[in-house]
Amino acid sequence: MEGTENARITIFAGHFGSGKTNLAINYALWLKERYEEVLLCDLDIVNPYFRTADARDKLQKKGVELISSRFANTNVDAPALPAETRQIFDRPDAVSVVDLGGDDRGALALGRYAKPLREGNEYEMLLVVNPYRPLTGTKDDLDEIVHEIEAASRIAFTGIVNNANLGPETTLGDIEDCLSFIRESSQRLKLPLKMTSIRRALLAEKGEELQRIHQMGEVFPIDLFEKSSWKL
Amino acid sequence: MSEKVLMKGNEAIAEGALLAGCRHYFGYPITPQTEIAAYMAKRMPKVDGVFLQAESEVASINMVIGASAAGKRAMTSSSSPGVALKSEGLSYLAGCDLPAVVVNIQRGGPGLGGIQPSQADYFHATKGGAHGDFHMLVLAPNSVQEMLDYTYKAFDLADQYRITAMILGDGILGQMMEPIDISPKEPAKLPPKDWALTGTRGERKPNIVNSLYLNPEDLEALNFQRFERYRQIEEKETLHETYRTEDAEIVVVAYGAASRIAKNAIDLAREGGVKAGLLRPITLWPFPKKPLRELADKVKAFVVAELSMGQMVEDVRLSTESLRPVYLSAHTGGVVTTPEEILEHIKQAAAN
Repeated sequence: MEGTENARITIFAGHFGSGKTNLAINYALWLKERYEEVLLCDLDIVNPYFRTADARDKLQKKGVELISSRFANTNVDAPALPAETRQIFDRPDAVSVVDLGGDDRGALALGRYAKPLREGNEYEMLLVVNPYRPLTGTKDDLDEIVHEIEAASRIAFTGIVNNANLGPETTLGDIEDCLSFIRESSQRLKLPLKMTSIRRALLAEKGEELQRIHQMGEVFPIDLFEKSSWKL
Repeated sequence: MSEKVLMKGNEAIAEGALLAGCRHYFGYPITPQTEIAAYMAKRMPKVDGVFLQAESEVASINMVIGASAAGKRAMTSSSSPGVALKSEGLSYLAGCDLPAVVVNIQRGGPGLGGIQPSQADYFHATKGGAHGDFHMLVLAPNSVQEMLDYTYKAFDLADQYRITAMILGDGILGQMMEPIDISPKEPAKLPPKDWALTGTRGERKPNIVNSLYLNPEDLEALNFQRFERYRQIEEKETLHETYRTEDAEIVVVAYGAASRIAKNAIDLAREGGVKAGLLRPITLWPFPKKPLRELADKVKAFVVAELSMGQMVEDVRLSTESLRPVYLSAHTGGVVTTPEEILEHIKQAAAN
């Protein structure tokens, strides 16, 4: 990912459960190594269970500012948006990552910021795709998701993130199996493939595996932030 | 591409129902089970099925009664407070001998409680769940794959015995993601639904689906018949699994998500030199009384680990005839227990 351009505001959107929150956390931490002020804004109004707030300690330690509903991870099941969201526009020196909720319902939260986003023209909205999730693995499924999210958010996607994974069991082969589908989708939707995320544990430093990883294009190493309180 | 799919427990339940041929789903959103309804809303129209978000929980269970009476495989799902609202319908389903599948993804209670995982509806599920003499067949999966597999099985069991089969999950199982296999299964051989209200076409006597009997002797006879069926279920359909119980001195009893946490505790105990094992009931009604009674002759003590204030512990004491001490490791209100906490109870039980 070295040398990759990034917009001042990066929005992760996509299907429910495609891995947006985990990516957003990783991306914010990655940005923090390059920029002074990094904001991670949690606009997930759909899922009260898995939130950026799960990684609050880690984010705080690294100096990423988390903007999250004060009700996140509490018993208040209210789709409240944090008022501090405006900071992504009001602080031009800060780079921001926005974590949207799943599907069109989740993207709806972005609608109210559509105008300043479009006018500022400093954003990218990335379609997070995990073809192993149900209702995402076909051309029609993906086209439907893109159409619904763009209509709800009133913002156009600018790129794709290949987040193909089967959870902690994912192998390099599982990711490779999805590459042709992702590349076809990227061409059809006219959305450049921004990156392929791979768990750090799978990244090799040499040998045949490194070759395979190189062939995947831009690779973004990620960690898996799990709900640590569940020791299953 | 691999045949595996990364699914949430709630989605797996919905997919399991679709694989089982359920084309009638009636529900109402409530955290942490809403993904079942959301998934059904997307999938049902594509398979010519019915997804209906009812105006209330009471309406949705009554729609299940209607669809089931017409001979269709029908399902509803909710979370704790919502399932309590369905209670009246659960009793009517039993009174009418209608097969149905009802899902409860439990959350903290009582009252509106909270949205975090809990197992506090054990009594509600296993001790009737509403008024009158009846049982539901209660299945407790502990993985995303099992959420699919046991939902599928629940439809077969419900049809086989004309009973309500309940999937008793919790917020952890509903929300967690695991890779699973969703390939079609071999259909079971089941009795024909010759009792269903499908229209006589003038060729037979009308079928009647009813739960009102003014003559007490008739009602008693019917209840006796029903309990004979329950006896058969207890005999044939009780499910459990064990883990490292062969030489165990302390046996932990836990179901659902708690059984996975308990498994980790057992490994920790073994590492520390305590011979611990796990008995995991898969059916909560019928309860695996026999294997527990057999273990009672061999072990020193039992530890029941549940995300409730001591509900299943009563069934363990009854099943083991209190021959051995039964200790409780409990959390409630949405707080999830840890392997370390269960380990402490195992150690104490071993030291006593």
